[in-house]
Amino acid sequence: MTDAPAEIEALIEMMARLPGLGPRSARRAALHLIKKRGVLMAPLAETMAQVARSARECVNCGNITTTDLCPICTAEKRATGEICVVEDVADLWAMERSGTFRGRYHVLGGTLSALDAVGPEELRIPKLVARVADEGVREVILALNATVDGQTTAHYIAEALAGTGVTVTSLAQGVPIGGELDYLDDGTISAALRARKAF
Amino acid sequence: MEWRDEGVLLSARGHGESAAIIEVFTAGHGRHAGVVRGGGSRRIAPILQPGAQLSLAWRARLDAHIGAFTVEPIRSRAGAILSDRLALAGLNSTAALLAFTLPEREPHPDLYAASLALFDALAEGSDWPLLYLRWELNLLEEMGFGLDLGSCALTGSREDLAYVSPRSGRAVSRGAAGEWADRLLPLPPALLGQGPASAAEIAAGLRLTGHFLENHLAPELGHRPLPEARRRLVALLSRTA
Repeated sequence: MTDAPAEIEALIEMMARLPGLGPRSARRAALHLIKKRGVLMAPLAETMAQVARSARECVNCGNITTTDLCPICTAEKRATGEICVVEDVADLWAMERSGTFRGRYHVLGGTLSALDAVGPEELRIPKLVARVADEGVREVILALNATVDGQTTAHYIAEALAGTGVTVTSLAQGVPIGGELDYLDDGTISAALRARKAF
Repeated sequence: MEWRDEGVLLSARGHGESAAIIEVFTAGHGRHAGVVRGGGSRRIAPILQPGAQLSLAWRARLDAHIGAFTVEPIRSRAGAILSDRLALAGLNSTAALLAFTLPEREPHPDLYAASLALFDALAEGSDWPLLYLRWELNLLEEMGFGLDLGSCALTGSREDLAYVSPRSGRAVSRGAAGEWADRLLPLPPALLGQGPASAAEIAAGLRLTGHFLENHLAPELGHRPLPEARRRLVALLSRTA
């Protein structure tokens, strides 16, 4: 608690709820914004208000966008007949950063979880099955986390797509680039050994 | 308050930005929850997968507090199971049923040993469905709903046992069942130790244990539905029958 006016305290309190910020760092960030209110705070507030008004999920793939369909779904050159299934928008952004995948995406918004009562309907899996038929998809790439929940979801999706005739693939699992065997857990090493290939 | 023990992870969920709340099944302290600081980090999160065997140190100011765990991996089983759809379903069902049925902080050392053997069999890919079925029988017994499959409830005979009473959980011989047979639950011979179990016998056995889990045990636990993970395992195993 400081002697700052109530409005500034409220700002600090809201900023402290952001990921990576605690009360002290939120206070520093708020102070920085106030000092630069002309060149930083006002434009930031305006941009945030704009995004808050326009941000929504793409009705086709679940990506975050500001129109009904995201730029990836509307781009003709992304209609390669491949759909990459990811758990979250952050995973989509990670795939896009790599610049190697040129097809379209399907964002599930989570994984199947009995603990949290998350079922196939909540994960847009029926929508994925419909897209496979509607968009003439040849391959569905399951880019889900190598966790028990992630792979349980992957197996479920593979079963749901079994009758569609589409090829279902998944990302490889094993030694990461720059990884040293000595530091890898035994599960990763055994997965890598099983997925070995001719050299 | 402080203790050290070994346990198998049943579930983990994020708590705040970097912590996780885990639920483990330990030999000496039963099903126990606690916070793992840094449990969401890149270093610790991969360890916290269901079925992982962990060395645990739990500490709290008072026994009633949720407390904090320090964890060290002993054996990760998820890596060996992730690509096997059926084994993954088996692991999910085992962890979910333990979390569903076990009372908190009540040791069940025999069930713990049986659960470890099952988790190991799932990871090794050995013939585990019969082991899983026996484990469900074991779970029912530990929870006070054990089936009596030793002799016929009507005649006392140990021969030709073919059914189980859905009310008493006692075996009934084929001859004694008579016209009541269609009201009884079929008893797969594999549960009596008579040869290896076929897929159809496993499916029949799971219908048997499912009946007692759903109609006898679950009502005692607040009428909650059985975990979805078990339904999925039963569906997958029944498809192979």
